[in-house]
Parts: sequence; C-alpha cells; structure tokens
Amino acid sequence: MIELKGISKKFGDTQAVKQVSFSVAEKETLVLLGTSGCGKTTTLKMINRLIEPDGGQILINNKNITNQDPDVLRKGIGYVMQNIGLFPHYTIAENIALVPKLLKWDKEKIKSRTQELIQKLHLPENTLAMYPHELSGGQQQRVGLARALVTDQSVLLMDEPFGALDNVTRTSIQKEFKALEELKRKTILMVTHDVQEAFELADRICLMDKGEVVQIGTPKELLYRPINDFARNFLAGQRLALEFKVVNIQDIWSYLPEQTIHAGESKSADLSIWEAMELLRNNDRSEFFVSGPDQAIKSINFEQLTKGFNQYQNAQLHE
Amino acid sequence: MNEQQQTLWQFMSGQSDKLLSQTLQHVGLTFISLILAIAIGLPLGILIARKRKLSGTVLGIAGVLQTIPSIALLGFMIPVLGIGAKPAIVALLIYALLPIIRNTYTGIIGIDQHVKEAARAIGMSKGHILLKVELPLAMPVILAGIRTATVINVGVATLASFIAAGGLGEFIFGGISLNNTNMILAGAIPAALLAIILDTLLSLVQKLDFKKFRRALYIFPIVILVLGGFYALPTAYGSTLTAGFTPEFMGRQDGDLGLKSTYGLRIHTIVISDAVMYKAAYAKELDVISGYSTDGRLKAFDLKILKDNKNIFPPYYAAPIVRDEALSQFPELEKTLNLLSGKITDSIMTDLNYRTDYLHQQPERVAKDFLISNGLYKTPKNGHNGTVRIGSKIFGEQYILAEMYSMLIKGNTDYDVATKTGLGGTKICFDALMNDQIDLYPEYTGTGLLVLLQPNPKIAKEMAHDKENTYNYVSAEFEKKFKIKWLKPIGFNNSYALMMRQKQSKELNVNSITDLKNYLDKN
Repeated sequence: MIELKGISKKFGDTQAVKQVSFSVAEKETLVLLGTSGCGKTTTLKMINRLIEPDGGQILINNKNITNQDPDVLRKGIGYVMQNIGLFPHYTIAENIALVPKLLKWDKEKIKSRTQELIQKLHLPENTLAMYPHELSGGQQQRVGLARALVTDQSVLLMDEPFGALDNVTRTSIQKEFKALEELKRKTILMVTHDVQEAFELADRICLMDKGEVVQIGTPKELLYRPINDFARNFLAGQRLALEFKVVNIQDIWSYLPEQTIHAGESKSADLSIWEAMELLRNNDRSEFFVSGPDQAIKSINFEQLTKGFNQYQNAQLHE
Repeated sequence: MNEQQQTLWQFMSGQSDKLLSQTLQHVGLTFISLILAIAIGLPLGILIARKRKLSGTVLGIAGVLQTIPSIALLGFMIPVLGIGAKPAIVALLIYALLPIIRNTYTGIIGIDQHVKEAARAIGMSKGHILLKVELPLAMPVILAGIRTATVINVGVATLASFIAAGGLGEFIFGGISLNNTNMILAGAIPAALLAIILDTLLSLVQKLDFKKFRRALYIFPIVILVLGGFYALPTAYGSTLTAGFTPEFMGRQDGDLGLKSTYGLRIHTIVISDAVMYKAAYAKELDVISGYSTDGRLKAFDLKILKDNKNIFPPYYAAPIVRDEALSQFPELEKTLNLLSGKITDSIMTDLNYRTDYLHQQPERVAKDFLISNGLYKTPKNGHNGTVRIGSKIFGEQYILAEMYSMLIKGNTDYDVATKTGLGGTKICFDALMNDQIDLYPEYTGTGLLVLLQPNPKIAKEMAHDKENTYNYVSAEFEKKFKIKWLKPIGFNNSYALMMRQKQSKELNVNSITDLKNYLDKN
C-alpha cells in the first residue's frame, strides 16, 4: 500500500508537483496519466526517493519512507523504467541477479528464480548468457520487468514501461503483462501518457495536469463522470474506443433481449464490448451466448450489441 | 648504409649492458610514474565527475602543469627533491596526470544517465555503483587515457637523464653532444620501439571484450607494478663523493675517459644535464661536476676549479665559424665578425656569463652593454641587403655571443640578421650549418678537433695542448673537409674543468685533480 499526503516539489522556480495526495490500495494498479511535464514521473520518483520531495509525506505499508535508508528502501521496491536501463556490461542473467546478490541470496535460489521468471516472461533460455544489446527491444523490456520482479517485492513502480516499444510489440506485451499472475498480487503505480494503455491496465487512473491531481477514479468514472473540461477533453479523441473497452456485457445486460435457453458453451459477462465485437467478427458468427447474473443466459448478435451499448451510453450521459 | 647499420649493431652489442640497464630504467621510470599518476588521477577524475563544479579548476591546473616545459619542470624540482629518480618520477607523474584525470571524468560523465538511474533505483549503494557500474563502463575511455599517458611518459622519460635518473636519454643526449649517430640511435630506437610496443599492448587491453575484460582488470595493475619495479636497480655506489658529468663529458677523451686513463680517477658518477648540474652541486646533491671554465655560475654558486695538473683538458678557444658560401655572399661579414676578435678575455667572459646566468639579465642587454663600453656599438642601419642567419648552442655564453654578432652586423653592414639560438648541442648546431640552415655560429677549437673532426688519437694528443696548433689544424681541416672557415679567435678559453664547492674543497684540502684522486683513494 502506497500513500501520498500533500506532496510538493519545486525545481528552481517551476512548481513540478503541487500538493499531490492519493493512495494505492494493496494489489491495486493505479496509473498516473497526463501529458509530458505534468509532474507524473516526478511524483513516481519521489516514492523511491530518486527525487526528494520539498513537502508532504509518503508512506509505504504504513511506514514513512523518509525514515528509511534510501538504498534499503529501493531494494524493497521493484522499478521498471522507459529506457529499461539494463547494464550493458552484464549478461541478462547477471542483470537479473544484481538485486538478489545485493541481498546476499544464495546462488541456487537466484538461479531457480531467474529460470522461473524467464519462463513466465516468455524469454528463450539462451538469452541468459547474452548481453542486453543482443536482444530486441521487447525482449529487453521483459528483462527489465524480470529484474524488477526477481525479489518479489509487494510494491512495483513503473515509469512508462512500454514507452520505448513499437505499437505491435507494446500491445502484445501489455496483454502478457495483464495476464501475468505475479503482477496481480502486487501494488503497482504506473506512469504513462498513453490513454489506451492506462485504460487497458489500470484499476484506477489518477489524471494529472500542471503538477496537480485533476481526477482520480476508475476508467469508467473518468469516461462518464469527468470532473471538468480538462478531464473531458483529455479523453475526447479516443472516446469511443475507450468506451468499448471499459463497458462490458454486464453493464448493458438490462438492454439486451430476453434470456434464452442454451445448453452449450457460453461466455462470461466480464467480456468488454470490444472483445465481444472481436468475437463476432473473427469467428464469423452471427451470435454467441453469454451467461449473465443469476446464471441467466442471453444470446447476442452484432445489432443487439450495438443497440444495447447505445442505450447504456445514453443512460450514462443523462444520469 | 649497410656499414652504418653494422656499426650501429656493433655499438649496441658492445654497449649491451648499458643498453639493457637503461631500457629497464626507462620502463621502470615510465611505469612507477604511471602507477602514481593513476593513483592520483583516477580518484581525482571520479571526484570531479561527482562534483562537476570542481572540474574546470582541476582540469585547468592539470592542463597548465602539462604545458610547463620539461626541462624547466625538472629544474624547479632540484631544490625540493634533489636529483635522480625522485624529481624525474614526479615530473613524469605530472605529465601523465591530465590524460588520466580527463578521461576518467569524461568516461564517467559519458555513461548513459538511464543506466545510472537504474543502478540507483534498484538500491545499489554509491560504492557499488562506482565499482560495478561506473568504472567498468568508463573503463575503455579511462584505458585510452592511460595509454596516452604511457606514450607521453616514454617520450618524456628520455629527459630523465638530464637530472641523473638514467633511462635511454643517456644515449640520446650523449650522442647528440658527441656527434655520435650510433649512440643517438642506440637510445632513440629502443625508446621508439618501447612507445610502439606499449601502445600496441594497451590497445589490445582496450579491445578485450567485456567478459575477459573484467579479469584483465585485475591483471593490469599487477603488470604495471612489476614493470615499475624494473627501476629498483641497485647501483653500486663506491665512493664517498659523487660526481655529476654531462653526457658529452662522459664520452670524451678530454673528459671522463681521460680522467680515468690519465689520472686513474675512480669516482661514483651520474649523468646529468648541464642545465641543472651547477644547481645540483650548489645544493650539495653533487660534489664534483664537469663545468666550463668561463661559466658564470662558477661565480654564482661559489665553485672552485680543480687544477688540471696533468693537462688533459685542451684549450677551447672560441671563434665564429662561417660557411664559405656565406662569406662570399656577404663580403663585409668576415671583417665585421672579426671586430670582436681578441676583445673578450676569460675573466670578462665569466663576468658576462655571471650576469646572464645568475643576475638573470637578458643576453641582449649584456651584449649591448659590452659593445657600448668597448666602443663597438652602432645604431642598426636596418638594411635589407640579405639576411645573415646566426646560430647558437643552448647555453648563456653562446646566446651572448650570438647577440653581439647580430648587433655588430646590423650596425656595421646593410645586412639583416636572423638569430636561431638555442640549438640543442654541438651536433645540432653543426648539422644546421652544414645543411645551410644557418650561416655561422660560435664554436670552440677543442670541440672542433675532438668532436667534429675526430682525428686519430695520436694527432689529437699532439694537437690538444697547444692553442696555436689546434687552431691551425682545425682551420685547415674544416676548410678542406666542410668548406667552413674559422675566423679569428674571440680571445677567451672556455675549456672543461672539474669543479667543487669552495667550502668543501677547503675542508677536504682538495685543490687539484690529483688531490681529488688521492682523497678518494684514501676514503
């Protein structure tokens, strides 16, 4: 659990971060979203004391971080950065083993943990003996993630972790990231300027501008309950795509036709509108079945889906 | 060519003992100073990479130190560190410092910021970051600096022989003074090879790939230490007094060789440059030195000339020597130069030298004062009827003479004058004259005979003790062999002499070279 209370930071005359407060619950993923220069990275770096705040308090697991030795504090926090920051003179195995070595783990433990991680992160075994420059960008970022995860700390900070990757690689790594069991049990604070990425990965989003928090809420709240024009305009460009991703069958359940009886395969109502559309499109099917609340089953085709979504949308906007 | 190679080979094999010990000394000097330079430069480089504000100052100071001429630097150190290895090592260390500091600094600040941030972010301590991240990543750049420093040091270490620290400079500068090409090459070739070999070896170290690199890193300091150890060569110190002789004196019949054969003098001798020899004697680093009888420093440092009771030092009458071509090109030249003939006696010359060497008056002023008081000075005519090029060797007396000739020519003729003073030694001066780079320079009859003509020992011995004979012989031979004319002698005799501090000479009751020998034999 991470708590920020009234954190401020000035660089010269520029107020980079102004009275920022928020908390990240246990096992939650909070995304700091904003344009370049909005103070999101500064905020993140104050949490592992790469930057010291001018004012305010930061608690991790209820302990004030200023009372801890910075090196010890940092060893207890996983950190993934945009430029990956792998050490070019160490092999992949050595890069991953650095922190465990600092913590004086024994060799066998380091080895088995490394093996475990590269399997989970889909890295080929032979990369362990290679140097960072011999790997592709996507592979390097996986190694960066492995380095942050190796000691299995409960808190993970990520600074634009997928920012240096091309679109295709980014999308596939994001998917793996979401599916990774290790990450689901961690408290994660992530910084990004990519709205899609924020919506894809966040439990909650903290939208920042000019060093201040504009709004904190779930993706759905940001979309349908923007607190001001800035928040509304920030998402305007990709609004439809975001809504497709945020809204799921469960949300539009009441706008779908009456339930049917179906004994075969049925999908979960957690399915987002986007995923439902992909399903209909890719499988060349005209309809599929969803089991909703109370084990009720409804059949859905493309027309019903869009109609239900529109109705839900209208209801939200007029609420 | 073939013959010369053979004689060079013969020289080198004949002197192989000396060559080996000089080479070892050379390597030793280079690496001891390198170790110290690394020990100082590396931490300094790291410090200024941490505190960037200091970088300008530190690099500036190192840069200024680098530009101090090496001889001057060695001269500064004698009063503090004496002569021998200590000042030489310190001087070399100073020259090696800049590339090491600068490359350490550049290497560290050049590391990708993100890598440094990553190191901090995963919780590495400052010490860990330095040892495991910064130094390994900066190492190729740091090694490049060490490589530059090594090559600089191999070069500068030749100058160590000026202050009796040994090394290949002994051959090089001895050879230049003695007009002995083989001797020069016997020093210069190994020095050049040494530079090339060390440079190549270090470039290989630089190219080692990261993995082997880390292991090589541990071997590297050990290798440097071992090479540095070469210098720790025990020299047998046999006598209670120490003599410092110039490289030229060491190789001359009318020098160390004559002292040994005629007097049977056995004294612990070190080789040292003329420029620092007097100061070293004054500072009691040396007891006996080979000086010049008209040298101003004799007076300045209160030294006494030991009587040459067996006449091994031939007279050295100074006279301008001029290319025949120049004499016909400038018809008034001979007449003008001869204006000075017979005007300067030993005591006058010593006094003039004292004024430049000790009172630090400009040679120009000393020359002018002398000409004025002798009624020889005339206002320059600023003529443009051709330019006479005057050379001089690199010591005070020659500067004064060159200035006098320059003023005489400007005042009495329509010729313009270009002076090329400070030409290294006899060989450099004479070669410049032979190759039409200068038209004249002041030379000494003894040098002309023994260094430039090098007749067989029998003739040399016959000639050497008679001033007239020597002058006539060199005049005739120079005309015949080189088409160079000896003009009339200036008057003074600047011969070699052994000198001691007045006080010590009195204490030990040593007044002649024979006294010195007897004293040494007893003690």
